Amino acid sequence: MITRIRSVQIVTLLILFSLPFIATAMNQPFWVDLSTRILIYAIAAMSLDIILGYGGMVSLGHAMFLGIGAYSVGILTHHSFEGSAVPFLPGEWTGSMSGLVHLPASILASSLLGLIIGLLSLRTVGVYFIMITLAFAQMMFYFMISLPTYGGEDGLNVWGRSEIPGLDLSDSVTFYFVCLMLLLAFWFIARRLVDSRFGGVLRGCKQNEQRLKALGYNTMRYKLIAFTIAGAGAGLAGGLLANLNEFVGPGIMHWTKSGELIVMVLLGGMGTLIGPIFGSAALLLLEEILSAYTEHWMIVLGPILLLVVLFARRGIYGFLAGEGAKDG
Amino acid sequence: MKFLPKVLGLCAAASLTLGMAQANDKPVKIGMITTLSGGGASLGIDIRDGFDLAVKMKNGMLGGVKTEVITTDDARKVGNAKQIATRMIKQDNVDVLTGIVWSNLAMAVVPSVTKAGKIYISTNAGPSALAGKACNENYFNVAWQNDNLHEAMGKYATDQGVKTAYILAPNYPAGKDALTGFKRFFKGEVLGEVYTKLGQVDYAAEIANLRAAKPEAVFFFLPGGMGINFVKQYNQAGLSKTTPLYGPAFSFDEGILKAVGEAALGVHNASQYTWDLDNAANKAFVEAFRAEYKRNPSLYASQGFDAAMLLDSAIAAVKGNVSDTDAFRAAIKAAKFDSVRGNFKFGSNNHPVQDIYVREVVKAGEGVSNKTVGKVFTDHVDAYASQCKM
Amino acid sequence: MQGHYLLMTTLLFLEQTLNGLQQGVMLFLMAAGLTLVFGIMHLLNLAHGSLYMVGAYVCATVTQASGSFLIGVISALGACAASGMVIEILAMRRLYAREHLDQVLATFGIILFFNELVKILWGPQALFLNPPALLNGTMEILPDTPYPTYRLFIIAVGLIVALGLRHLILNTRVGMLIRAGATHREMVGALGVNIDWLYTVVFGLGAMLAGLSGALAGPMLAIQVGMGENILILTFVVIIVGGVGSVRGALVGALLVGLVDTYARAFLPMGLREFMEPANADNVGAAASGMGIYILMAIVLLFKPSGLFQAYKGQS
Repeated sequence: MITRIRSVQIVTLLILFSLPFIATAMNQPFWVDLSTRILIYAIAAMSLDIILGYGGMVSLGHAMFLGIGAYSVGILTHHSFEGSAVPFLPGEWTGSMSGLVHLPASILASSLLGLIIGLLSLRTVGVYFIMITLAFAQMMFYFMISLPTYGGEDGLNVWGRSEIPGLDLSDSVTFYFVCLMLLLAFWFIARRLVDSRFGGVLRGCKQNEQRLKALGYNTMRYKLIAFTIAGAGAGLAGGLLANLNEFVGPGIMHWTKSGELIVMVLLGGMGTLIGPIFGSAALLLLEEILSAYTEHWMIVLGPILLLVVLFARRGIYGFLAGEGAKDG
Repeated sequence: MKFLPKVLGLCAAASLTLGMAQANDKPVKIGMITTLSGGGASLGIDIRDGFDLAVKMKNGMLGGVKTEVITTDDARKVGNAKQIATRMIKQDNVDVLTGIVWSNLAMAVVPSVTKAGKIYISTNAGPSALAGKACNENYFNVAWQNDNLHEAMGKYATDQGVKTAYILAPNYPAGKDALTGFKRFFKGEVLGEVYTKLGQVDYAAEIANLRAAKPEAVFFFLPGGMGINFVKQYNQAGLSKTTPLYGPAFSFDEGILKAVGEAALGVHNASQYTWDLDNAANKAFVEAFRAEYKRNPSLYASQGFDAAMLLDSAIAAVKGNVSDTDAFRAAIKAAKFDSVRGNFKFGSNNHPVQDIYVREVVKAGEGVSNKTVGKVFTDHVDAYASQCKM
Repeated sequence: MQGHYLLMTTLLFLEQTLNGLQQGVMLFLMAAGLTLVFGIMHLLNLAHGSLYMVGAYVCATVTQASGSFLIGVISALGACAASGMVIEILAMRRLYAREHLDQVLATFGIILFFNELVKILWGPQALFLNPPALLNGTMEILPDTPYPTYRLFIIAVGLIVALGLRHLILNTRVGMLIRAGATHREMVGALGVNIDWLYTVVFGLGAMLAGLSGALAGPMLAIQVGMGENILILTFVVIIVGGVGSVRGALVGALLVGLVDTYARAFLPMGLREFMEPANADNVGAAASGMGIYILMAIVLLFKPSGLFQAYKGQS
């Protein structure tokens, strides 16, 4: 028998796979770009869900990893385009245009940052953790703004999308499917992770960290690994976002972006991994539709957020898929 | 607007053209991406109002052709601007794009617009790259190159015999460009060059240092709220009596003066446009603008208006056949329209060659306003034109 | 000559110290309300900055209409206390028992709402407000260094409020209830005190302090939409450094942040010029001074993961 959860998942997949064809058939090519954006933010929000929904770590600086991932692509492309050496790396490497370099670089850079920031901020808990992640993100934000080499507040143009042999990423449908595949791959990894013993300990940290510590678990290590993986996911999303926008700027790291990522997780359903896909779609579509009616659309969005928090904690996916959807 | 019909835009266009028995020409579609919400919204609103006013004065027909303006808010976010531009190009199939306020948004959007073969008319942002190395035949700037107004203040300070100056700007590329522009024409000594945090609200520390340096004059570029903060605090520190302030028009447009009030009295600032300029096109514009919006037009409003009038002249020249891009581009480059600022033509890099004035903040009725007091540059060409290979 | 230079430098240093104190006092007014609400109701209120903005707008509008800055400030206090209490009754009290995550999100929604509401009511352009004529000048409290009277006034107001709060919390019945309510909620309830009402009053008090801060900032700053977020983040740094929930911590944290920020901005670029090329020194100095307070916060948390002062034991 197909359960309710399973059927929601299958329908979601069907929609995701057929969307570009529907858009093309209806002569609405812009839908493909918008959907690609939704997929990319879904990856970022899903990565946040790992630490937020399963680990109970409320990070208000997750957009920092999005930014580092995006800047990795931007900087490598910039040097490749200019033919200049990357100054902060040894040797005379002049960057690259290859997606097979770009995306691993995004993931590597953001996990490295995640490791460092995690080491420092995971010493704190609760509201202190919220605030210290926010402060680190603000530091990165101001750092990129004042770094003239990479455009500062003006940002960097990404001259053309990453090159992957056999695939033309500048074709929007191809790029859509690349993002979809990466989303599914990330979901698969994250699913395996939270279902493993590791995931069990992570959930335990959220419930009662003292007890796990008493049982001899080094909870800090588990949380740090989760934080780093979440950073890596957001970094991947950032690398894709740089490709989609063909532009990178510090705005991507602004603290309101981190807020939006949290909104996506909660709106879609926290501790479900799939929920953030719905959350990302809901928030971006809401913005699209509301801003069509009025430039004052935020006055509608604000109360909607408040109401969701107060009365609809399970989120969209929880609503569709029922009780069993949440396992974090 | 995105999925839904462009309700608002269409209504506006429809109400303007209603009852006009025009042959069913294909309408010209203009996409305006500008900042209408969030910080800095007043600039975008001025640009939009200026542009819309021109369309209205032409009865909804720029160059005699039915004109549809699709206006969308970018909320000053690069991602939004980029997404809107993609939609306008791919889905709405606009003929011309315009309206962006900020250099960073322009840098992100303009290359993709010109790459798609569309025309872009900049109503405000003029980053140096687009004027120099990265110039493009499809990109026109109807406002200024970013450095221009700062250069004018440097020249003016030198002309006034200022020997020593203290200069400050926010720590971001436009801030650095501003101080570079000032120094390009300032022949005196710079006693201090300070870069403050973007969005900074309190300048007490900088003002104390500045006083200790004892300069003859202070030049600053702090756009928007930062400038309001600085001027108020500068005045409260009692410095405006001893050390004159110089700045570009951005810190003293009509909206900002309302917020700063008499603290700004006597400040000199540079602009290519002020509402009191004496020419026929401007008189008609100011009168219509006041009647429509009950306020004086700012330089941003004039830039929006000029962009529409430029398009009006070019569309008329090609008789509405804007899909002939070569002819349309040539007609724009000819700039056969009466700019409200007076003298106007395009240089080799499609940026303005124009006069730049200095103005003083004076009492006007209840509040304060700008009064043009002299001309600093005649037919000024920007510093990057020679780097543009077109 | 050497002596003269030394004197000038000392004077400049003292003046910058005053600037740091003044900035700290402004931050304290914001932080006191935020930390009270957190200490007693465990509520993380991102919308605290919105009340600051409302305070500035109301003060500017009423001052312009009535011609009196004092009436403007009083109206701002009233308006903020009232809107704070309304928000508390409509939304906040449902959030006390929730996780911080819910509180962050709900109050984030309230920020969006307030920003847009203010823009609809007052328009997107900044408002005008000057200090009252009496305070709109300079005083030479240090030789050769005219200092804005209005800034001295703010320092005075801030210190009076700090003493007043101390008196309120230590010596009054409300203060006793506040202290008791923070640690023994049920006990206070059992004594027949209406806890709901107490919380509404405390939230209103916090809102009023934010309003006071906004009203006082008005004459120095651009009164515009979004002004609350800027100071909100600084305020968070303050209460994290000082220890969440502690009013004393808020005062120490605020002064520390004010002084570090001011000194960094005033002396870092200058100092770097001594042993760096001027252009590089300007770049590095500007970047580093912008990050100064965040570095301060990171250092404090590394050694004291829950801030310098602790208000209460229990939930973090």
